[in-house]
Amino acid sequence: MELAERTAKCREVFSLLSEYLNLDLPPDACQEMEAHLAGCPPCIEFAESLRKTVELCRRYRPAELPAPLGNKAREQLVEAFQKMLSGRNARS
Amino acid sequence: MTGDANAFDRFVEHFRAKIFRYSWLMCGQREDAEDVAQETLLKVFESFDQLREPERIRPWVFRIARNACLMKRRKSVFAPSQELSLDDLMPAIDHQGGHARLQIADWSGLPDRRMLQSEMRHALDRAIATLPENFRSVILMRDVEELSTLETAHVLDLTPDVVKTRLHRARLAVRQKLDEYLRSDGRALSGHV
Repeated sequence: MELAERTAKCREVFSLLSEYLNLDLPPDACQEMEAHLAGCPPCIEFAESLRKTVELCRRYRPAELPAPLGNKAREQLVEAFQKMLSGRNARS
Repeated sequence: MTGDANAFDRFVEHFRAKIFRYSWLMCGQREDAEDVAQETLLKVFESFDQLREPERIRPWVFRIARNACLMKRRKSVFAPSQELSLDDLMPAIDHQGGHARLQIADWSGLPDRRMLQSEMRHALDRAIATLPENFRSVILMRDVEELSTLETAHVLDLTPDVVKTRLHRARLAVRQKLDEYLRSDGRALSGHV
């Protein structure tokens, strides 16, 4: 395969990688992608970096956390929760 | 009543943290994010009877949170929506001696080793926070909260195809920013959000 043709195939693979990682690709397209990946170390390397990006996002917890719930905010929520329960009990 | 109280505490603790995380990354302001979390939880309890499918509570809660965020945004300054070009997110390819070689960092130590470092966490914070809003909202729903494509489409009022397209570009953009961080050994993205 010519280099230019191969590079064009790499670009096509890059554009479909998320669907591949999500297992959303149709079987034919999936087989075609795996055939290319098997012979293309740069695409494997790139696919692996994208897979790890997704994994990092799934583990991601931002540094910022909410402040502890204040008394007034908690009272408002408890009141709304109790109204919800009362409404349910009245209907049942 | 004890059972109800326990259920209340667990529900509030679980969803308040999730809503805060989403709205902090969408609003960019701690105060707004805390307001959104409170307003969302109040709305959830007030309109709980409208939840038709209890197994779909997460997308339902996030849809309420998203609307609360949109209300806040009328009063705040936010990163505008914009398009991300696929070409700009592709890696450069070197052609040497008839072989193609990618210009990307060494990702082999990720995620275990580097995730433990707070600097890496901040790099991810910044990579996500600097995405255009229309892409950030999709990656938060799909990859951070792990909602399905259909659930994300419902929360964000998008078609499933748009969710898929934006998710791919958002992932590529985050990957690119992390790659820059890894190649510069942390110098490029060492600023905090």
